Amino acid sequence: MIYVPANMGLMLAAILFLLGLIGVLTRRNVLFILMSLEIMLNAAGLAFVVAGAHWMQADGQVMFIFILTMAAAEVSVGLALILQMHRHHKTVDTNVLNLLKD
Amino acid sequence: MQIIFYIAALVAIVSTAMVITRKNAVHALLYLIVSLLAVSVIFFIMGAPFVAALEVIVYAGAIMILIIFAIMMLNLGQASEKREKEWLKPRTWIGPGILAAILLAELIYTLNSFSPSAHEQAIIDAKDVGMSLFSTYALGVELAAMMLMAGIVGAYHIGHEKQKEYHRYLQKEEKL
Repeated sequence: MIYVPANMGLMLAAILFLLGLIGVLTRRNVLFILMSLEIMLNAAGLAFVVAGAHWMQADGQVMFIFILTMAAAEVSVGLALILQMHRHHKTVDTNVLNLLKD
Repeated sequence: MQIIFYIAALVAIVSTAMVITRKNAVHALLYLIVSLLAVSVIFFIMGAPFVAALEVIVYAGAIMILIIFAIMMLNLGQASEKREKEWLKPRTWIGPGILAAILLAELIYTLNSFSPSAHEQAIIDAKDVGMSLFSTYALGVELAAMMLMAGIVGAYHIGHEKQKEYHRYLQKEEKL
């Protein structure tokens, strides 16, 4: 396999994580927020795999499998919550959920 | 041969940037799938073929299909697209964007300043991962199973549409 420098891989993971973070901070559509969360989880998994490849251990990939499991559980519960939000408020705009504001 | 990694990384970054700037949810989802595929290519290059396959099957397959079904059920129309366009003005995202770019520049400087030892990349295949997963991390596997069970029950309970308690004749009367 091709040797990839570990700092380049970690840099890519950082860039992807920050793009996901920007998405979470700027979007108001809760569906896009969920997608950005997926991007961030994926970037964290990429960092684990890069580290595992750097030290030639299988632990990084094991951690990626755990992250994958967590992402699947998170997205299923999150989508159920979005469906309930759409059912009650007829919108997916997070600004509408301001019950705790005053 | 490292150029393959850089091309895949560029594809991943560009497609992820497209995900967070699209107004239409389905377009964003297509870009997200491209991004996940690019990350999968990077996993394969780095000698992790098992995880590359899992990335395609579970992330780009199962989770994205789940989100597509949610988009179909939500049925977002033209109005929401217009509203998203209104929100995506530069003044809403320029601040967080600049701050995140500063953090990124610092991180890149830090990562470049340490020199990695040059060695040949070894392949860690599914056998090694499985041996580690079911011996050292057996407790983690059981915890993950419990979490998935809780996720299934929770998603069913939250997504469950509440039944109306009263009879349908009474419902008709209420409508009048």
